[in-house]
Amino acid sequence: MINRLVGLWYDQNFRRLFLQVLAVLAFAYFGYFIFDNTSTNLERLNIQPGFQFMNEIAGFKPTTDGMNFTGFDVNKSTHKDVFIVGIFNTLLLAIVGIILATILGFVMGILRLSSNLIISFISSAYVEGMRNIPLLLWILIWYFGVILAGPNVRQSINLFDTIFVNKRYLAVPQPIYSDAIIYVCVGLFIALIATIFLKKWAKKRLEREGKDTPVFLASAFMFIFIPYTFLIISGNSITWEFPVLKGFNYINGIQLPANYVAMLMALVFYTGAYIAEVVRAGILSVTSGQIDAARSVGLREAQINRFVIIPQALRVIIPPLTSQYLNLTKNSSLAIAIGYTDLVNVFTGISLMQTGNALEIIMLTMAFYASVSILISIFMNWFNKHVAIVER
Amino acid sequence: MNPNDTNAAAYPIGQHPSLPPPTTERGVLKWLKTNLFNTWYNSIATIIGLYFLYLIIPPTFDWVWGSATWEASSNKDCRAGEGGACWGFIKARFVLFMYGFYEAEALWRPNLAGILLVFLGVPVLVPKIPGTKLFAIFLIFLYPWIALSLLVGPIKIALFSDTTFLILWGILIVALLFYGVRGMQTNDLVKRGFGFGSAYAAVVLLFLNWGLGLPEVETTKFGGLLLTLVLALTSIVVSLPLGILLALGRRAESLPVVMYFCIGVIELFRAVPLITVLFMAINMIPLFLPQGYSFDNVVMALIGLIIFFGAYLAEVVRGGLQAIPKGQVEAAASIGLNYYKSMRLIVLPQALKIVIPGIVNTFIAMTKDTSLVMIIGLFDILMITKSSITDAEWLGLEWEGYAFVGLLFWILCFSMSRYSQWLERRLDTDRRD
Repeated sequence: MINRLVGLWYDQNFRRLFLQVLAVLAFAYFGYFIFDNTSTNLERLNIQPGFQFMNEIAGFKPTTDGMNFTGFDVNKSTHKDVFIVGIFNTLLLAIVGIILATILGFVMGILRLSSNLIISFISSAYVEGMRNIPLLLWILIWYFGVILAGPNVRQSINLFDTIFVNKRYLAVPQPIYSDAIIYVCVGLFIALIATIFLKKWAKKRLEREGKDTPVFLASAFMFIFIPYTFLIISGNSITWEFPVLKGFNYINGIQLPANYVAMLMALVFYTGAYIAEVVRAGILSVTSGQIDAARSVGLREAQINRFVIIPQALRVIIPPLTSQYLNLTKNSSLAIAIGYTDLVNVFTGISLMQTGNALEIIMLTMAFYASVSILISIFMNWFNKHVAIVER
Repeated sequence: MNPNDTNAAAYPIGQHPSLPPPTTERGVLKWLKTNLFNTWYNSIATIIGLYFLYLIIPPTFDWVWGSATWEASSNKDCRAGEGGACWGFIKARFVLFMYGFYEAEALWRPNLAGILLVFLGVPVLVPKIPGTKLFAIFLIFLYPWIALSLLVGPIKIALFSDTTFLILWGILIVALLFYGVRGMQTNDLVKRGFGFGSAYAAVVLLFLNWGLGLPEVETTKFGGLLLTLVLALTSIVVSLPLGILLALGRRAESLPVVMYFCIGVIELFRAVPLITVLFMAINMIPLFLPQGYSFDNVVMALIGLIIFFGAYLAEVVRGGLQAIPKGQVEAAASIGLNYYKSMRLIVLPQALKIVIPGIVNTFIAMTKDTSLVMIIGLFDILMITKSSITDAEWLGLEWEGYAFVGLLFWILCFSMSRYSQWLERRLDTDRRD
């Protein structure tokens, strides 16, 4: 009997099955333990489980008046609207941040490879300084040290009478909705389609006749020219609402609050350093033999960059670049430290405090970030496939 | 005509010693020419760069050193100064920055813990000092509990106050040790591991109950650099094994339940920001526990940090595991190693060596991200700084506080990354040159 049991224990299949059943049981018991405790605790704390709280009126203002894009109304809007405002503000921060950080990161990454020692020193000092100090400290420095030390509203820094910077907000013009916007959109769409066709044609031409077409320049020209022609033909024009100083404040336009600006600066400079490293590694990964080979077939420096270095470097750059974009999006949740009204601050912070529905709120917040992660990953995977090496 | 050339005729043809290169082709001038002024655009870049450095460095140096105030009892003393940094502020608040609200008469306890750590850690990190293995054993198996008793004091376990139970516990330890010794004689790994492992755990519990006979210090009093280091070191030490386990679990295709569980944990925690994990720890763990039980906030923050970074480390380690060819595992199996032994002796040493840079990067991220605990109300060094500069006596000294904390973090993280680069070179056994 005992021998059979011991034999069973040394049977690999049985042992695997046994361990897994054990794991499932342990997990189930753990789940039950948590569920049981949670329901008792919720009852004791008098919290209604479920998502009904989303329809209750929130009664607090989750965004500033200067950037209330979703039309939040303190008297009517519910926690659901708080959730939406939070998502909107998080995305506003993340998208602008990603664009600016990419530009800064590429510039710094290329500068770090410069043969000029002063330039590469400045770039390395920037990268090492940013990467070895916590982002949260950078956020505090930008907010308390830089932005709040800025000028008062009446002494705002005036950039061409369109943008005004002061210690409380950054005032920018706001486009006013009119028919013109539709014309511009149609123009942009036509330019997009034309670009796609141009690119296909250029590729065919390159293969057939060996002649190069300046697709980028042409499409850039189309993207500006076509919408503009549409506007002129239709007799419309886009009107912008400019910020105007009235009394002690700027009215009209969009007033991006100081904590938004501080968050944006901190995120852009911090993530820019990581992107610079990614770009540098990508460019260095193109072996010098490739460049020698390109020179030997008579390509000019610009052509070497365009046809040899950039396509190969991009392949190496894109996967880590994706994770930097994800990091920036996730790091935007640190906004709570300086009170910018992002999702974590207004929903996971204030709504949770008010309703006590910790489980549901944290689950929703995590679901949002997880879906953003998945979306960015899917997009970047598609793009990666586009540039990936085509092997036999 | 070169002055050295006057007696050119004194040499036979072809025997003339080499002349020094022209002044523009050697020394500083040559270096400047090749590195800073080799093309016209590089010259412009150099001049712009130098001007940029000129704009930044002298004023910064003046602020930090030249016109700084070193002694001050409040910000008024500094305003009277030359407008430089007010380091008197850091001096006056130094104990707060270092230890938080730790009891003033007990400061020797964290100091001793720190000295012990350096004493045990340096021989482990610097291979030139002999006795690495002995120190490592001390560091891993004894130091954590000594440090815990030093910093927190005894962790009372109710059952140990009962003498009968204590005697039974002692008998248990002896029995387990005996079992372990038997395992050693018969070379039975399971017996040996179980016997000594459980005996060790039982002795540790017993030790923690009395600690070192020191009074208790509540974790709410932890703060400043002390809290930052405690959080960083603990999460580093615990999350690495967790990460390795998760990575191995993710690749255990013969155990689908374990595999999917590990994939779920890894992907979930990598998809969400750390701050939501900390919120989850602080808000949800109390809901999960039976009534009357609670962890203190430091422990809950640690749980959040450990699981979060465990997931990141798991992905790093997985990268290393994937880089090991299948032949290695097959070779290990062919000489009769079981799964545990083949992982411990063959696969993991190679895999971990490959991913040292990734692991250290995660450690650096961990050290930096411990600062996030300030959002859930713990007084780490950043929170201490933030609250110190809003103190009425020291108002308006943001830059001094931030510069000090920034420098501390910079030194910590930069030295970590440099150490890892050095370690990488040392372990690079593939090097052929």
